[in-house]
Parts: sequence; structure tokens; C-alpha cells
Amino acid sequence: MNNPMREDQITTDPAKPAQRMRAGSMTFAAMPWVIAAFALLVMPFVFTDNSAITIMNQMAITIIFALAYNMLLGQGGMLSFGHAVYAGVGGFACMHVMSNTDFFAMLPLPVLPIFGGLFGMGLAMIIGSFSTRSAGTVFAMISLGVGELIAACSVIIVAFFGGEEGVSGDRTYGMPFFGVEFLQQIEVYYLIAFWLMLSALLMYLFSRTPIGRMANAVRDNPERAEFLGYSSRWVRYYSFIFSGFFAGIAGGLFAINYEIVTEENLNTASSGVILLVTFLGGVGFFFGPIIGAIAFTLLQTVLSLQTDLWAFYAGTLFLATVMFFPGGLAGLLMMHVPAIRMGKASKLVVPYIITLIPALIGILGLAALVEMTFHFRHASFGDEEMTVFWTTFDSHTAMPWVVAIGITVVAFAIMRRMLPTLKSAWAEANAAPKANASSQANSSSQGGAA
Amino acid sequence: MDLVLVNLIDGLVTGLLLFMLSAGLTLIFSMMGVLNFAHASFYMLGAYFAYQISIALGFWMGLIFAPLIVGVIGAGVERYGLRRVHQYGHVPELIFTFGLALLIEELVQFIWGRNQMPYQIPDVLNFTAFAISGNSIPAYKVFMIFISIAIFIGLLYVLTKTRVGMIIQAALSYPRTVEALGHNVPLIFMGVFGVGTSLAGVAGVIAGPVLGTFPGMAFVLGSIVFVTIVIGGLGSLWGALVASLLIGWITTFAKSYNIRMEDILNGIGFATPENLDDNMFRDIWAVTSPQIADILPYILMVLILIFRPYGLFGNRDA
Repeated sequence: MNNPMREDQITTDPAKPAQRMRAGSMTFAAMPWVIAAFALLVMPFVFTDNSAITIMNQMAITIIFALAYNMLLGQGGMLSFGHAVYAGVGGFACMHVMSNTDFFAMLPLPVLPIFGGLFGMGLAMIIGSFSTRSAGTVFAMISLGVGELIAACSVIIVAFFGGEEGVSGDRTYGMPFFGVEFLQQIEVYYLIAFWLMLSALLMYLFSRTPIGRMANAVRDNPERAEFLGYSSRWVRYYSFIFSGFFAGIAGGLFAINYEIVTEENLNTASSGVILLVTFLGGVGFFFGPIIGAIAFTLLQTVLSLQTDLWAFYAGTLFLATVMFFPGGLAGLLMMHVPAIRMGKASKLVVPYIITLIPALIGILGLAALVEMTFHFRHASFGDEEMTVFWTTFDSHTAMPWVVAIGITVVAFAIMRRMLPTLKSAWAEANAAPKANASSQANSSSQGGAA
Repeated sequence: MDLVLVNLIDGLVTGLLLFMLSAGLTLIFSMMGVLNFAHASFYMLGAYFAYQISIALGFWMGLIFAPLIVGVIGAGVERYGLRRVHQYGHVPELIFTFGLALLIEELVQFIWGRNQMPYQIPDVLNFTAFAISGNSIPAYKVFMIFISIAIFIGLLYVLTKTRVGMIIQAALSYPRTVEALGHNVPLIFMGVFGVGTSLAGVAGVIAGPVLGTFPGMAFVLGSIVFVTIVIGGLGSLWGALVASLLIGWITTFAKSYNIRMEDILNGIGFATPENLDDNMFRDIWAVTSPQIADILPYILMVLILIFRPYGLFGNRDA
């Protein structure tokens, strides 16, 4: 642990389960938080567009939810398929507080998410009392079952869940908060940003507390934790209820932002999305879900404008992440830390460019082929023109197909040619002066994965 | 009484269909310790392949070839996907199959579109087999029952009476010993995965015409299948059978008899509140059994997990 290099040996090495999902170091660095807070303050001045603010609001809510989810998955090793329930119930609770006009008139809006959090926490306390008995498959199954159950209840218990049309309210009826009535999107943005900073900080600090550290221990080896005198069940239970609290906060913010909460907020599809977001970002590091939420929201909003098939691409990306980079985006980034520490990162730049640009072109070529196939099969009769990458052509003639297949094949061929260069550059950049042979072999195999 | 008989038959059809899915799933689970979330997706693939084949070659060719194709795809998924992810641990394995389920659904939408496919019952079986006091039982339901029972008996025979079955059973409990005796355990795993998914494929082929062949069909049945094997006990074939039949009958009976919560509550001594519309629990009072038929399995599962965490027939902790 004394050697900083050893400590940052990266987490995607499957041979070292204990390191695979470990969190960062014990020290608390204030700098990233200051930068993040500053960025959150400045963002609306950079992207002044109203739609940009909408996207940022959604992003921030997803970040809180994904961080809460990672308290279970990454830090506690509990895979939940029904975590949207806690966010959804938090959202519904906030909605009911909002519709209770007398009470809501005495309550400043920024306090409202706490109710969502408490409701999410309360539900998590009930469900967790039997679901956290074991981790692994049983926990996953119970979470799925409970998720389905509560989602199905939403059409039966209409008084609370509002049936199919959900519950809607008006956030502006709250007590003005220093004169702000939250009529505009930008005011809501700052409210959400405040809660984002607060909950992210609290969740980070939770992961530094003894209970947070024990959650990691229980995740890696519950038996050993039991021998040390900790009840792994209680440790899991605590993680679970805190995760439920922050999920509820995210749900409350959702209610404030959209002013409507429906069954869609608690069904299995939303639970699946948050799993996807968290895993894409990387469960091994605290900031992984943040990257995942930003990337996914951008993917969702930008890509879904361009193509009907965005869910297909997202699914492919997700599966590729599970198979090739179980560390997610964060793991991929952190792989480069040793090279940067040694000041050898510059050696990687050129090999990266000559390998990744053909790879990117190849992937875009594949995407074009997918789009063309889709158009060929599903376009209405007589509609034979399509536009891919700003080029309009007739998808029923041979020429575009030849071009697309040609570009794809050539690009992947170039990438294959360049791959050995990247591999050797990677090995060289990570070859520490005193590193032993095993860590070298290990890093070159990671280079292969990249 | 006649209605009871009709419901018994309907429940049996549903239960046996569930069993065909849960049998494969529970076999795969007891072998690899991983729950295959994409299992119902293979069921959907079976239905779509059978539809595509039935256009060209007729229903019966579909019944033979679609499960084979599904089985080969399943074996490929095990060989090139799951085996790779296996080294990262159980949670990534679960996540992998979950992602696979999402991807297969998108893929099916990509190839066949979002609409329901006109996959029909073959003409040979499109008649009424017999009638019970005016309620006609289609021949296709009888056919489904026979196919499922035949598959169950065949599976039981292979697993308990043949050499292959013995090796599989041994590999379930002591994979390393079996490997040391010279058997190719990874190959057995791949084979079991392939057979399990092709069983799901068979279920898809015969259920497609009745329940509809559409991209959501995997999702509709998928979570019920997990519930089934959790109730039956993870890894237990008999448990899967009992739980499937139980769920089939419970949901069928709950749908066909309109039992109202108000009557139950009155029956056990609670009086109906005076002004029900203002009551906080008005929705609970108004609940009827057809309304909650689809969530009864989940309630059952939660109860089972609280009071008997290993399931009805399970004997191992997952």
C-alpha cells in the first residue's frame, strides 16, 4: 500500500477479485469537488439553450440515481433489478406532498426531496429486512419480484399511484424560497445541482465511513467479514436503506423537474436502464456512475434524435462493456493512470490515433450498414431514399452497399494492422523501471483488450 | 363443477408451458450457478424462427428446426459470451444475460418489426377436440399438453437412466472430479445450455400461435419464469414442475372466479367502511381477483422467500 504505483494497479484484472471493484484511496481530496461545484455553477452560462438545461437536469437526476444504485452494485456487491421502485415511490411521495396544498404552502420547494428520500428509505427498510439476507442471485431475484409487484400495484392502488395516467402536481405552489418560485427551468436547475452536490458528497463520505468500508469487505468476502465479528446481513441492510434514501431523493427531484410521476418511473425497464448506466460508467470507482450517467444521457438525447435504433446501439454497447471492459468507462480511464504517473503517456498518443480512428470509421461503417438494412426492410413501399451521415442515396441499389461494406472492411483491416503497434506502445508505456514481469504481462493483456 | 374442469385444463396448459421454460432455466442454474435472464428471449426467438420457417415449409418443419437453431445459438452464447464473462464472477454473468435479453429484444424488433406476426395454429389442429358443457377445448391445447408431457418424460429419462444423464448429474455436483475422470466438463456445460435454450425454443414454437408472436412476448413471460424457479427451489427439476403447475392453476382460477376483496374481508370479520370513497384504503377494498391474477405469483414468491428461502423443493443456498 505504500507504493502509490501498486495501489493504482488497475481494477479490470479478473485474476484479482479483491481489487476488481475496489474504491479509490482513503484520503479525501477536496479539489475534484470544488471543480465539480464550479462546473455546475457555470454550465448554464455555457449552454444557455433551454433544451440544454432540460438535458442537464435529466443528467443530474440520473447521476444521483446511478450513484445511489452503485452503493449497492459497486460498493455492496448487490445486484438489484428493481431499484427504480425506491426512486419512483420517492417521486410519488413528493407528488402527494405537492398536491397537499395547505402543507405544501408552508414548505420551501428545496426541502421537498427529503420527503422522497425518507419514503424511499422507509420502503427500503421494509423490503431490505428480508431481501438483504443474502447477496447474489437470491437478492437479485427478490429485487426483481418486488419491483414487478410494486409496478403492478401501481394500476391497482390508484389512490397512491394514480393509475395509468400517474400523479401530477405544480411545484410553484410551494413557499417561495428567498423570493424564488421555481417558475423557470434555470431555477430548477440550480435546485437540482445543489442536491446533486449534496447527495454526491454524502454518498462519497458514506463510502469512507466504517460501515461503507465494511460494505466493501462483505462484498468481497462475506464469510471472512463474519469471522471478524460483523454481521454481513446488517452491513448489507444499512447500505440498502441508504441507497434507498438517495434513490428517493432522485425520485423527488424527478417529480420537481417534470411535475408528473407515472408507472414508468418504477417499472423494470427503468431499473434496467439504471443498471445499464451504472455498469457502463464503471462500478469500480466512485465517479464511474457519474461518467455513465453523462454518457448515457447524451447518447439517449442526441442519438435518439438521429436514429430509431438507438436502443439497439445502447444494448450492443452495454454487452460489449460487460464482455470486454468489466471496469466500464471509469476503469478504462483509470487504466492510464500508471502511464501518466510515469510521464510516458505521450508515447501512447500516436498509436492511439492511428488505431482508434480506423476503428471509429469501421464502427460508423457498421452502423451505416445496420441503418441501411433497417431501411431496406422496413421503409414504406416506394420510399427508397435514405440519408446516412449527410449522404442521401437509394437504399435499393447496389452502389451504396458496396461503398459502405468497402469502407467498413478497409477500416477494420487498417485497425488490425495497427493493433500490434498499440500493444507494444502500451507495454512500453506501462513498463515501470522496477516493475516485475507479472505486472508487465498483465498490463499488456489489458492493452489487448483496449 | 364443469367450469372447474375447464379451468384445470387451462391451468395445466399454462403450467406445462411455464415448465418447459423453467426446466431449462433450472438445469442451467444448477449447472453453472447463473440465472439466465435471456432464457425467455430464446423462447421468443423460437417463436419467431418457427414463424419464419412455417411460411416456407409449414408448421411441423418449424417445430423441428426452430428449436435446433435456438439451441445452436444458445450453445454459441455459452461458448463465446458466458464463458468469457464467467471469469469476472457471478454478478457480471447475471448482468451479461440481462444485457443479452435487451439486445435480443431489440434485434427481433430490428428484423421483424414491432407488430405481432401472423403466426397461426396449423390447420390440422384447428378444430375442437371435445366440449365440457358448452366450453369447447381446442385440439391445439391437447396437443400442447401432450408435447410438454412427452418432453418432461424424455428429459427425466435422459437425466436419470442414460449414461449422458449420469455424467451431467455428476458434473452438477462435482465438476472437478468429473473432469479428473476424463470428461470434457466445459463441453457438457455448453451442451446443457444448448439443450436448455432449445427447450425454451420448443415452448416458443408451440406457444407462439396461442399467446401471440410479438417483441414483448419474452418480457411478458420472462419474469414469471424466474418466479417459478425461485418458488420451486433453484436447481430443482421437480420443484420447477410443481411450481409451474401451481402458478398455472392459481392464475387461471383467479382470473375466472371473480372473488372480491370486500367479501373476503367481510368474511373474516371486517365491516365495510361507511363512506368507501373517502377511505384511504378504498383501493384495497375494491380489489378483485382477476385484477391481481397476474401479480399473485410475485406475492407467492415474496412469501416463499420470507418463510422458506430455499423454495419448495430447493436444498441449496444460491
